[in-house]
Amino acid sequence: MKEIPFEKALEKLEKIVEELESGDFSLDESLKKYEEGIKLARSCQQKLDKAKAKIETLIKKDDGDFEAKPFKEEK
Amino acid sequence: MPEEKLTQDGAVIYTVTQLTREIKFALEGSFPEIWVEGEVSNFKLYPSGHSYFSLKDPSSVINCVLFKSSSTKLTFDLEDGMHVLIRGRVSVYEKRGNYQLYAERIEPRGKGSLQLAFEQLKKKLYDEGLFSEEEKKPLPALPLRVGVVTSPAGAAIRDILKVAKRRFSNVEVSILPVRVQGDEAKQEIANAIKELNEYNTSIEEGKLDEHLIDVMIVGRGGGSLEDLWAFNEEVVARAIYASKIPVISAVGHEVDYTISDFVADFRAPTPSAAAELVMPLKEDLIQHISELRNRLYANARSKTALLEQAVTNLKSSYVLKAPLNVFEQLRQEVDEAVRNALSAIEHFMEIKTRDLATSAGKLEALSPLSVLKRGYSITFKDGKTVKKAEKLKVGESIETRFSSGIATSRVEKIEK
Repeated sequence: MKEIPFEKALEKLEKIVEELESGDFSLDESLKKYEEGIKLARSCQQKLDKAKAKIETLIKKDDGDFEAKPFKEEK
Repeated sequence: MPEEKLTQDGAVIYTVTQLTREIKFALEGSFPEIWVEGEVSNFKLYPSGHSYFSLKDPSSVINCVLFKSSSTKLTFDLEDGMHVLIRGRVSVYEKRGNYQLYAERIEPRGKGSLQLAFEQLKKKLYDEGLFSEEEKKPLPALPLRVGVVTSPAGAAIRDILKVAKRRFSNVEVSILPVRVQGDEAKQEIANAIKELNEYNTSIEEGKLDEHLIDVMIVGRGGGSLEDLWAFNEEVVARAIYASKIPVISAVGHEVDYTISDFVADFRAPTPSAAAELVMPLKEDLIQHISELRNRLYANARSKTALLEQAVTNLKSSYVLKAPLNVFEQLRQEVDEAVRNALSAIEHFMEIKTRDLATSAGKLEALSPLSVLKRGYSITFKDGKTVKKAEKLKVGESIETRFSSGIATSRVEKIEK
């Protein structure tokens, strides 16, 4: 569940809501879809909350590794 | 010059104005009317009707002025990159100490080399399919990490960070610092694009525990055609084309088009616009998600309500409301059926009994035993009944059965 990228999760959530609103499902199916939808909504929300705020410069060193340093804005 | 100052040695001390004026006289005297050939760049037409531009060749540049009175004589519009031949004079704009070429007549000399190079590369890459729409990658809906290839000191990064803070404060921005103008710029930009892709590969291979770069912005702030030139270079175009990470090209202002813009997955008119493109308003997303969640709830609620209604309907139905009634009725039906069955059986039995009695009477009458009881007897010969005397012969032995007992006798006489 956590591995799904945000936009995929959002897309899936949108699809489930549409299906539920237009389709004719049995109670069991509806419940299953509802549960999945709630899970997706929660995961989307978590992704938004968890996004890190970071501004850095990336520099490729001679040995091929990357070095990240906090970016200081020049005024 | 009454105010003239002298040094201790008696040399003249010029004021700035005096020197500038001397230079101006010298220049005007030396170049009163000349022809110069070069490429137009940084052309600007002012509301006054005067135009200002530079004329350049591979190693030098000179500022030019075209006054309104002269420009109206021109049969074509001056444009950046145009190769022209100018007749004019050289003079000095005293206020700024600039020497300039004051153009009086301008003739086009084919296309400027930069312009020509731009058009040639554009055609070549177009023919190769580098601008093909099908090859363009979609932009991610929510990039959590944005790569930026630009100068760390330029206007572009400032603008991008400003937008990031305003729109999506917790996005991660990774800057690959490069020079965006000058001879080194093109290779640095191309390398940086490649390096961002390598960086993602390292993450994908598990060598780095970081979030993938979802999208990159490649660009710089506004500038002259020469300033933006790195983004018209083939090596940059090919790096953008080869990038697996979606690339947004954001070079200069809205009116500036570069080769990068054509190759990139998306062209943003400015770096700010690029940032706005990739960074959605967090509030919008939160609202969208909560709206979807509400629709889920509403759907579940209405479905539950429907089911509840159905259950209520069933509860109030006759069957469930007074289940005993039905039972009673059923029992009644069973009773009746049993009663019917019983009476049918009784009737059947009656008939059968009666039939049986009749049959028994008939049987009784037919029974040889009852005949014997009435005094008759049966005659057998060799175990067979003898119905006619003529079947017998004198001297034969016969058996006679009575109602009780059997007698054996001999035939003495037969009368037919």
